[in-house]
Amino acid sequence: MHAIEASSLEKTYPGDVRALDGISFAVEAGTVFALLGPNGAGKSTTVKILTTLSRPDAGSATVAGHDVLRRPDAVRRAIGVVAQRSGVDPDATGRENLTLQGELYGLRGRGLHERVREQLERFGLADAGGRLAKTYSGGMQRRLDVAMGLVHRPQVLFLDEPTTGLDPEARALMWAEIERLAQEERLTILLTTHYLEEADELAERLAIVDRGRVVVEGTPGALKGELRGDSISIGLADPPANGRARAALQAVPGIHELTVDGESLRARADDGAAAVPRVLAALDTAGLAVATATVSRPSLDDVYLRYAGRAFGAGETTKEAA
Amino acid sequence: MTFPPLLRESWSMTVRDLRNLVRQPWWIAISLAQPLVYLLLYSALFRKVAEIPGFRGGSYLDFVVPGIVIMTAMFSGGWAGMGVINDLERGVIDRFLVTPVHRGAIVTGRLMQLVIVTVIQSLILIGLALAIGADFPGGVQGVVVLVAAAAMLATAFGALSTGLALVLRQEESVIGAVQFLLLPLMFLSTVFMQRELMPGWIQTLSGFNPADWATQAGRGAVAAHADWGAVGSHAGYLLAFALVAAWLGTRGFRSYQRSV
Repeated sequence: MHAIEASSLEKTYPGDVRALDGISFAVEAGTVFALLGPNGAGKSTTVKILTTLSRPDAGSATVAGHDVLRRPDAVRRAIGVVAQRSGVDPDATGRENLTLQGELYGLRGRGLHERVREQLERFGLADAGGRLAKTYSGGMQRRLDVAMGLVHRPQVLFLDEPTTGLDPEARALMWAEIERLAQEERLTILLTTHYLEEADELAERLAIVDRGRVVVEGTPGALKGELRGDSISIGLADPPANGRARAALQAVPGIHELTVDGESLRARADDGAAAVPRVLAALDTAGLAVATATVSRPSLDDVYLRYAGRAFGAGETTKEAA
Repeated sequence: MTFPPLLRESWSMTVRDLRNLVRQPWWIAISLAQPLVYLLLYSALFRKVAEIPGFRGGSYLDFVVPGIVIMTAMFSGGWAGMGVINDLERGVIDRFLVTPVHRGAIVTGRLMQLVIVTVIQSLILIGLALAIGADFPGGVQGVVVLVAAAAMLATAFGALSTGLALVLRQEESVIGAVQFLLLPLMFLSTVFMQRELMPGWIQTLSGFNPADWATQAGRGAVAAHADWGAVGSHAGYLLAFALVAAWLGTRGFRSYQRSV
């Protein structure tokens, strides 16, 4: 059964900012699914539509079996949302934030009191529960966000960039918490991230999103497995003249999927370690000085490069949608 | 006792707003001190207005106290949008909107807080006025009507300010509306001056001014021989205005959600 189904969602913001261009995907109940893409790819807009905050211009979606446009109230009862921008009230304590959040879902009295205490404890905020949220560290505030998203025991949890802006230690803690939620609570989690390693680590399936569309979808392992062999990355000392690097490397046996981007060259090789000396020799013959050379096993970075047609970071310079 | 969900949710919101308010002691101090200063200054500055031929009733202090109570309520309402913009910027409104909470509760919660604050503020003002010698011949029931009129006006402008904040989403818009709309409304009314002593065109305009309706209802009720018909009709206009404003304020969410 699918806990989330998005089908051909489209959304254009005023000023002709095309945020979603027919995005479609489905998430199996009880699994962690990641939408991976650079800022402005349309991940947050997708989450806003699936959580009933925003409406699509075209397309449809269901969450927990309910249509987001026709039965928004049923969707709202079934989901928990941790938005990219924290929704914590900084002038209230952690306990007050959790209590109000519970009240908005109709929890009351002893049951609510117990649940709030439980959540504070579980997210390591028991001692800080009586302090104003504005005194919390970034990691604590994020944990409070997640605790609030879960206070009413939702079936589906949306985590929009849950670790952006966190230091490495807080990020590791958040990862462990997400993994635990997925295993113990059998929650369906939709995670958006622009960290490749985050999607790789946490998600059972992922979709790479670029310019408002899904460019490829699958398990992290399968996506990486589709790439033949190792990844070779060469940094030249100076940007090569037009086509020279390409011409030099095309003749090297065992090299495929060559891309040239300024002074950085990327290619795939069946046996990376054996190909590097040949690549270096070919570049030397062509008179191109090499500054750096690396060989690596395929990563999601390479998957992204292959399907989006450009290096992952390059997408961040495109116009950012709201 | 079980309350309908809308009321219960509104009350949760009210408690939050009141709590956040109490945690800003400076804000409380300023919002109390300002009307008190106005009360003292205006009643002193315009004391001789009572000597103008045609001025009815007792002292200018007696006359101006209901006006200041109404004016204070109107400005409290006008500034309500600032809290909404704060919440929008912090993502708090977005968080509320993805819960099953009634959209109306997000507005009415804030308005209930406004009513509570306005009642307390008005009673403090009236208490101080009594202490410096003001007289309310209409007695307790007159004061109740005055405070109710103040609360209704605060609610109406609070709802409009909330709607404006949701549509324009900028602090400047709320500041601008308070400066360019509320200030003239205050002067185009009987807040500071008896109707018969105002220029004809202001008399005409004041007939369409909710601030004037509230002032007439409140001042009429605390007067020696209340004209309950006039009080009632002004209170009726005011109530209708408050209901329309509350509806418009809640409509603001639609405009906001279209922009998300």
